[in-house]
Amino acid sequence: MRLQLISQEVWNGLRRNLSVVVSVVLVTFISLSFVGAAILLQMQITQMKGFWYDRAQVGIYFCGPVDATENCTQTAATGEQIQGVRDVLEGGAIAPYVSHVEFEDRELAYEHFMEQFGGTASAEFASPETMNEALWVRPSSPMDADLIREATSALPGVLEVRDQRALLEPIFQVLNTASLAAIGVAVLMLVAAVLLISTTIRLSAFSRKRELGIMRLVGASNRFIQTPFIVEGVVAALIGAVLAAGSVIAIVHFFLQGYVAPMLQTIAIVTIDDALVVAPVLIGIGVLFAGVAAAVAIRRYLKI
Amino acid sequence: MIRFDEVSKTYSRKARPALEGISLEILKGEFVFLVGASGSGKSTLIRMVLREESPTSGEVHVLGQRLKALPSRRVPFFRRNLGVVFQDFRLLNNKTVYENVAFTLQVIGKSRGFISEAVPDVLKVVGLAGKASRLPHELSGGEQQRVAIARAVVNRPPILLADEPTGNLDPSTSAGIMALLARINEGGTTVVMATHEASIVDELQQRVVELDAGVIMRDEAHGSYKRQLADLDDGFDAEEEIA
Repeated sequence: MRLQLISQEVWNGLRRNLSVVVSVVLVTFISLSFVGAAILLQMQITQMKGFWYDRAQVGIYFCGPVDATENCTQTAATGEQIQGVRDVLEGGAIAPYVSHVEFEDRELAYEHFMEQFGGTASAEFASPETMNEALWVRPSSPMDADLIREATSALPGVLEVRDQRALLEPIFQVLNTASLAAIGVAVLMLVAAVLLISTTIRLSAFSRKRELGIMRLVGASNRFIQTPFIVEGVVAALIGAVLAAGSVIAIVHFFLQGYVAPMLQTIAIVTIDDALVVAPVLIGIGVLFAGVAAAVAIRRYLKI
Repeated sequence: MIRFDEVSKTYSRKARPALEGISLEILKGEFVFLVGASGSGKSTLIRMVLREESPTSGEVHVLGQRLKALPSRRVPFFRRNLGVVFQDFRLLNNKTVYENVAFTLQVIGKSRGFISEAVPDVLKVVGLAGKASRLPHELSGGEQQRVAIARAVVNRPPILLADEPTGNLDPSTSAGIMALLARINEGGTTVVMATHEASIVDELQQRVVELDAGVIMRDEAHGSYKRQLADLDDGFDAEEEIA
């Protein structure tokens, strides 16, 4: 009996304030879509970091005949010096953090350089003699790159130690900023959604003032009085959240996987599995926020 | 049943207290009229029994409960022991007579079986057995008040509070309502009724508590409604005039 009574009250409330309920649905929909976009961007960043960092190496460049720095005295690093660095990497205290070491001589470095920059102005001045010998080190984990740099940068014959991760940082920063912006918009929209939900519930309570007065008079418990209103807010937000979850899944499926991914085959793009993780999170956020907003809004009408 | 101990109520902005030093005891099964001019404190007193308002000082005990000590969340359950009737009926206009009465029982979680037995019973008691499916606007004022009374007593509360229940009704309809209230009282329900209609009070010859400006002026076991000289002349000081 009570369940039927409550669902009837909820239905009446939703129908009575249809236009406001529609706006609650839309605002919740948009705000949660932004939340979903922000979460997906973060997932994308994590995925790309994993992908690139695994491939990122630490380059240990050796002094060439023209280099003059603290470590280099305009003489090329000797074979012993290079072997000394190798020994540190493969037999020293940092050996557990090194998974692979590969030597690149001047010829090989020139080849790699020409592959990348062949045909440009700088390639015309390049010759194997202008290249530096180098050791390419793959750390056991991306986090170990700093350890390798610290251990090797002061060794004799070492010109410079470069962590390739540093080159990727700007890309991640751009993506991170984008996701922060999405979160910012999402937070603003969520605030709007929460305020709108509490206004809707107040409106709904106001239009049922007479019933509420009688309910309180005859001794309806607070929980009984507030439940229809909370359910009303939650139902409106739930519709918006489901739409947002659907749109996030659709964007990943049709736009990212269907259009972007075939164009950018070297980059792993978030998949439908990720979207399916985000969807319940959005629905959970929507329901939780709406429930709390409605419960707070209705409190004034429960004061005895 | 109901006891007031030195109860005073002051609204912050008003200089004059709404109730001042009220001490009153109403026993089980009594029929008590609260009389007095508008603003004398009748409604405030009833609202305090309902715990819609709390006294500024003093204690109110209802059904063995010290209302000051009653936590807010227990108030709904406390109110299930009180029936209330108002001058303006307070019915739900979009619900039928039956639904208005059943609503009370639904919101306090009574079973469907209980409701389908109790509602027709109480409608018979108030004389509306044939009008269960009417909407309030299809009824006369007296009939609407009978619905309100049915709603107030359907849960068989030990106390029935009535705030000017005949205020909107003509004298003959009022008499019918009073007969109904008297019958409910005979069934053992304590009835407290606020009114300023002398004829009704005089006819029933029940206990009368007269309030004036928040103070009990008179408390007689079988009183009649004697209006004070000051009320008649609207604050005019009679004694000074004689001198």
